[in-house]
Amino acid sequence: MNKIKTIIRKEWAEVFKNKMVLFTVAFLPLMMTAIPLVILYAMRADSAQSIGGDIPSEFSAFCPQELSSRDCLQVYLVSQFMIMFMILPLAIPATISAYSIVGEKTTRSLEPLLATPITTMELLMGKSLAAVLPAVLVTYLAFLIFAIGAWIITPDPVLLSALLDARWLLAVIVVGPLMALLAVFVSVMVSSRVNDPRVAEQLSMVVILPVLGIFFGQLAGLFIIDRQLIIVSAFILLILDVFLMFLAIKLFQRETILTRWK
Amino acid sequence: MIRTENLTKQFGDLTAVEDLSIHVREGEVFGFLGPNGAGKTTTVRMLTSLISPTRGTATINGYRLGQQDTDIRRTVGILTETPGMYDNLSAEFNLMIFANLYEVKDPAGQVEKYLRMLGLWERRFDAAGTFSKGMKQKLAIARALLHEPRIIFLDEPTAGLDPEAALLVRDFIMELKKQGRTIFLCTHNLDEADRLCDRIGVFKTRLLVMDTPANLRSQLFGRKVVFHLANPQEAFTGLVKELPFVQDARMINGKLVVNLDNPEVCNPQIVRLLVGAGADIQFVGELRHSLEDVYLQYIRMQDGANEQN
Repeated sequence: MNKIKTIIRKEWAEVFKNKMVLFTVAFLPLMMTAIPLVILYAMRADSAQSIGGDIPSEFSAFCPQELSSRDCLQVYLVSQFMIMFMILPLAIPATISAYSIVGEKTTRSLEPLLATPITTMELLMGKSLAAVLPAVLVTYLAFLIFAIGAWIITPDPVLLSALLDARWLLAVIVVGPLMALLAVFVSVMVSSRVNDPRVAEQLSMVVILPVLGIFFGQLAGLFIIDRQLIIVSAFILLILDVFLMFLAIKLFQRETILTRWK
Repeated sequence: MIRTENLTKQFGDLTAVEDLSIHVREGEVFGFLGPNGAGKTTTVRMLTSLISPTRGTATINGYRLGQQDTDIRRTVGILTETPGMYDNLSAEFNLMIFANLYEVKDPAGQVEKYLRMLGLWERRFDAAGTFSKGMKQKLAIARALLHEPRIIFLDEPTAGLDPEAALLVRDFIMELKKQGRTIFLCTHNLDEADRLCDRIGVFKTRLLVMDTPANLRSQLFGRKVVFHLANPQEAFTGLVKELPFVQDARMINGKLVVNLDNPEVCNPQIVRLLVGAGADIQFVGELRHSLEDVYLQYIRMQDGANEQN
C-alpha cells in the first residue's frame, strides 16, 4: 500500500506542476457546473409556459405530478447536463493517465522505476488512482456547488428533489468514479502500448464516445436514464473495471516496454 | 554473489547474449567490457530481473533469477545507462520516491546521507532538470545506493562526464569497493576498467575472455621488462638470452627488453648478471601493454573467427 501511495504522490507532484493540466482539471468542472445553473436561473425568470409540450412523453412520466410543465421542462433540461457529471470524471483522468506510462518512457525514468521491487499491480494502481482521485473529488465538489446553486435558484422543495433525485446521486457518486476507473484502465493500457504521449491521449479519449452516445440518445428522446438503468450500468461497470484492471496488468509487458520502445 | 550458467537472451532471430557463464565474487569489482551492441545492457537487465532470459540460469545474491525476481530487485542497485530522473521534481523528492519504493527504514536519513556524500545536499530543493549531466549522474548513483545494496550494477557510469566529474564518480566507486560491495561495471572506458576492476570480462554477444587485467595482458603479450642502460651493448642481449627463464631479449633504442613470466623473481638475477658484465643500469621498469591493446586484440580475434565461420 505504501508503494501505491508513493506512486500517487509522485504522479501528483509531476502532473500538477503543469499549469495546463491544473487548468484542465479545474476549468471543465466549473463550466459543467455553471451551465445547468444558468439554464435553471434563465428558465425561472422565463414565465412562458407553452414550451412544456416539448418534453418527451417518457420523461413526463418521471416528473412529479405536483410540478408544472414548465418546472418539468426545467428538470428535463438540467437532466441533460447531469450526464456531464458522469463524463467529467471520465475525461480528466484520461488526460492524466494517458501520459503516465509513455511519459515515463520518453523521459527514460521507467527503467529505474521498474528496477525497484514494485509489482506491476502496485505501479498501475498507483498511476490509476493518481488520475482517478482528483477527477472524482473535483466532480463531487462541482456537484455540491451545483446542488447548492440549485437550492438557491429553485427554492421549491418538490422541484429541488426532482432535480437532485436518487438516480443522479447514484450516477454521480457511484457510476462516475466507476467510469473514471474504466477510462483510466483503458488509457493506461493504451499508454503502455504506444510510444507517443499524444497518441496515447487521443486514443484514450475514445472511451468517452459511448457516454456521449448516451448523452445524445437521451437528448434525442431515444431513452431516459432511470434508476434501474443506472444500477445496471454501475454493476456492468464494476465487472468491466475488474476485468480491465487485470487486462491492463496482463498487457503491461515490462520486457517489451523496455526493449522495444526507442 | 553473481553466478550465471549459459545465460542466453534472444530477441526473435537476434541473439543478444549467448551462453554467458560467469561467477562474480563478493566484494569484487567486475568489469564488463564490450563494443556498442555487444549485449552488455541486456545482460545487466537480465541480472537485475528487468527482462527474463531465453534460457540458462542465474543466481544473484543467492536468489534465483525468474523465481525470486522481487527479492533480486530489492537487494541490488542499478545505475541505468541514462539517469532517468524526474526533471520537474527536486533532487530530494526524486530520492524520497525511490527510498519509499525500496522500503528503506529511514528514508529521510538515507536521502540526506547520500545527498551529502555526493555533494548535492545544498541543491536538494532544486529541480533535477536544472542539474548538470554530472550532477544528474551523481543523483542517479545516490538513487542506486539508497537501500544499501550489496551488489551494484553500473552501466557506463562516467559516459559523457567531464574529467573532473568522471574522477569523482570513479573515486566514489573505489569507496564502494572499500565498503566491500560487489560492483558489476559496464564501461567503454578501458583506462577506468584497468584502474577499478579486479577482474574483467571481454564480451561480444559471448564472453570472449575473463581474468584479471594483469593476467589478460600476460596471456596475450607476455610480460616484458625494460632495462635502461647507460652503456647499451649487443653482448648484454646474448648474455641475458642464455638465462633459462628468459623467453626473448632484444636491444631496442638502447634499451634491453626482456620477455619473461615472472619478473618479480627473475629481475634480481638479470640485474646481477648485467652488473657483473659491466652494464650501467639506470633503472628497470615493466613494459605494460594497455588494456586497450588487450581488448582490441580479443575483439579482433572474435571478428576474425566470425568472418571465417
